[in-house]
Amino acid sequence: MSEANYREIIWNGLWKNNAGIVALLGLCPLLAVSTSVVNGVGLGIATVLVMAFSNGIVSLARSWIPREIRIPVYILIIAVLVTIIDLSMNAFVQPLYLVLGIFVPLIVVNCNVLGRAEAFASKNAVFPSMVDGFMVGLGLTLTLAVLGGMREILGKGTLLSGIDLAFGASAKSWIITVIPDYHGFLLAILPPGAFIGLGLLIAGKNWLDQRKSARVEPAQASQAATAAA
Amino acid sequence: MSMNSPLVAEQATVNVIMLKVLAALLPAIAVYVFFFGPAILVSILLASVAALLTEAAVLHLRRYPLRVYLLDGSALVTAWLLALSIPPLAPWWLVVVGTVFAILVAKHLYGGLGNNLFNPAMVGFAALMISFPSHMTHWPAPDMLAQSHWSFTQQMDFMFGGEFPAGDRLDAITMATPLDTLKTQLHLDREISEIQSGKIFSILSGKGTEIIALFYLLGGLFLWQQRIISWHIPASFLAAMFGTAGLFYLFDPGHYASPMFHLFAGGTMLGAFFIATDYVTSPTTPMGKLIFGAGIGVSAYVIRVLGGYPDGVAFAVLFLNSAVPLIDAYTQPRVFGHAGKWFKGGKE
Repeated sequence: MSEANYREIIWNGLWKNNAGIVALLGLCPLLAVSTSVVNGVGLGIATVLVMAFSNGIVSLARSWIPREIRIPVYILIIAVLVTIIDLSMNAFVQPLYLVLGIFVPLIVVNCNVLGRAEAFASKNAVFPSMVDGFMVGLGLTLTLAVLGGMREILGKGTLLSGIDLAFGASAKSWIITVIPDYHGFLLAILPPGAFIGLGLLIAGKNWLDQRKSARVEPAQASQAATAAA
Repeated sequence: MSMNSPLVAEQATVNVIMLKVLAALLPAIAVYVFFFGPAILVSILLASVAALLTEAAVLHLRRYPLRVYLLDGSALVTAWLLALSIPPLAPWWLVVVGTVFAILVAKHLYGGLGNNLFNPAMVGFAALMISFPSHMTHWPAPDMLAQSHWSFTQQMDFMFGGEFPAGDRLDAITMATPLDTLKTQLHLDREISEIQSGKIFSILSGKGTEIIALFYLLGGLFLWQQRIISWHIPASFLAAMFGTAGLFYLFDPGHYASPMFHLFAGGTMLGAFFIATDYVTSPTTPMGKLIFGAGIGVSAYVIRVLGGYPDGVAFAVLFLNSAVPLIDAYTQPRVFGHAGKWFKGGKE
């Protein structure tokens, strides 16, 4: 597989087909967990690990999986990986695990995971598949981090609150107070904040893309004009 | 003057309608000032300025002509309705946050006047209600019931600096609203008649607030007489609330307040005549309007009496706003020359 293809995989996963703000897949955990940066990134990392390995294993086994029953087989593979992640999180970062609750086991039914297994890993070699899973997961994690950051700043006036859940009580000093003496804007933390925030992120991405293509098109048009002349 | 829903095309009409709506609110506002002091005027002013500035900023971003849209008055109506729904003496930022949210998110993110699905003022109210519940439930007592009387400058110090006059506390000027009182006292196993003998209650609902509600009703009747609003939504809203409250009241008058009380308590009158009748967010056909109003009346009562929030009008309006496209689809009048009732339209 050539260099350009990897670049395309990375570009697709992180920006062009971003799972959170373009494909709009797996919105349930995205909207529910993005109340803070730490929660978002915590679930994001778990999803990245599951996606990278599920894509790898599916790709490895793709010639033995009968087409007719491929979906149950994929789900089985994904479920095994999620169970491993679930138990490891329970063992090593239990406070964070308790906060994320049901959303860690629910990674099994996150459509991004199954979607990449079906759309990419079942047709490609092992290493590119793992890169694809990793990058799509990373794209989702970035969305979760940005959305979590927006909601946390607006809702609580802090950043990285709850970092002590992942790194122990000594990490409490890492919490950044963005707005001191903040009353808290509860709406941002509640579900409406998730929907409005995600809508703004999607709008922001479309705006950036539009601006870019608007800059490219006139340049192409003038090139075409000179070519015609 | 024709009263069909898409009003955006006729700028002058929107302008005149909105001015008449504002005029219809004035008597009630005057009564409000009489009972609660002039602080409400400052809230209205704050909301108006915030609404116009937000509107101007968004119009500029969307490259719309400023003058035409800014002067159509719709932003002002939103601001006034929101300010009247928020407790007077609420801190200044509460009013501003609510208004900006209403204009920016509820109105313009949905496409601006004519395209917004939800009533902007009520979206602003709901956002404040769920974000700052304690600020939104501290209602001042009407003048004759308050333990201490604050001068206008003291009220301003409190709104803009959060400072109490020396030796005073917030409790001295606030009290539970009649609806709140009913809810909390019923939990203590007291009977309605016993609760309503309390000093904050009066003939219709609460002392002071019932008079304001009466003036909202008068203002609404003026709008109806001016043919700004049709009778369908207010009538079905009030009838449905009266009917639902009446059923509960007949069933157990010891635990459910009289239907008359519910008509004049909380935001019923303001909601029925000024909020639910918003052209953009209500159905177009008379039948649709009747369904819409009745839906609000029933759900406002249910939220108010059986739910956790002190009043249900705002949430009921938003709930039925979301049903408007459906109501509109099912209440299309039969097109001449086409078979079938409503929009089924099959072959004969």
